[in-house]
Amino acid sequence: MTGSHAGTTRAPQRADKVVPAHHSTESSTHPVASEEDLLSIRHAVRAATLHAGFGIVDQTRVVTAASELARNAYVHGGGGTLTLDIVRRLGTTGVRLTVEDDGPGIEDIEEAFTDGFTTGAGLGHGLGGARRLMDEFTLSSTAGRGTVVTATRWNNRRAP
Amino acid sequence: MNGHPSAGVPILQLGDVLISGLLNELDDKSAMAFTEELTQTISSTGARGVLIDISRLELIDSFVARMLTHLTTTARLLGARVIVAGMRPPVAITLVELGIELSGVETALSAEQGLTALGWHRAAPTRAGEAR
Repeated sequence: MTGSHAGTTRAPQRADKVVPAHHSTESSTHPVASEEDLLSIRHAVRAATLHAGFGIVDQTRVVTAASELARNAYVHGGGGTLTLDIVRRLGTTGVRLTVEDDGPGIEDIEEAFTDGFTTGAGLGHGLGGARRLMDEFTLSSTAGRGTVVTATRWNNRRAP
Repeated sequence: MNGHPSAGVPILQLGDVLISGLLNELDDKSAMAFTEELTQTISSTGARGVLIDISRLELIDSFVARMLTHLTTTARLLGARVIVAGMRPPVAITLVELGIELSGVETALSAEQGLTALGWHRAAPTRAGEAR
């Protein structure tokens, strides 16, 4: 795993960094440049959640969030990348999605999180919905310079 | 993009009811093609009811949800009632958290319950002993 965000934005230079997440490597970057990519991303994210030991509901949450974020990057950001990391802290495992695009950026971030807000195809639940599906969520966007979303879900199956 | 879009899933006709299902690997193009194909079939068959089995869908994101909503509305405008059947529980939980209620889309727990709602009934079991 690279230490800085900037590192994950670059196309991987070394073969050992592009091994899919379901292999032993814990980080992988996937292009978001076509509708086919959206399908591949679902597969990769599903595999990562399985690797992290997630139950079926959490798997579905994370794959759905990834689908929303990747679609946002594809439709509004003109494409980008999704980086998938298996992360660990205090004995728990998580899956972190980092979705970046070089699109126009988001002018009004608060507005973009509002359910029902959309500037393109979709119900407009994408961003706010994806945030609700994940435990941690940060978005940074600069007009004209693209958007980066980082979202993590932890595998903390709580006792009832 | 291609000239002959096909959703790749069969649409069966049973009387005035159409039956179809969505596959897990539903990409955007197939989803659009399915909507178009189903709408045309409703129009050409005069179907009054449509059952869509979604028990194989492991994920419904806002795109697929929008497609189901549009499809249901379009079918209704053509005089057909759509029932979406067999949603997996994790998909239902995730949809609610996403903030999508699929309002206006009628659902059923299973394909059989959906068909029953559309007026189909399991034939009474034939009694072999009464064949006089």
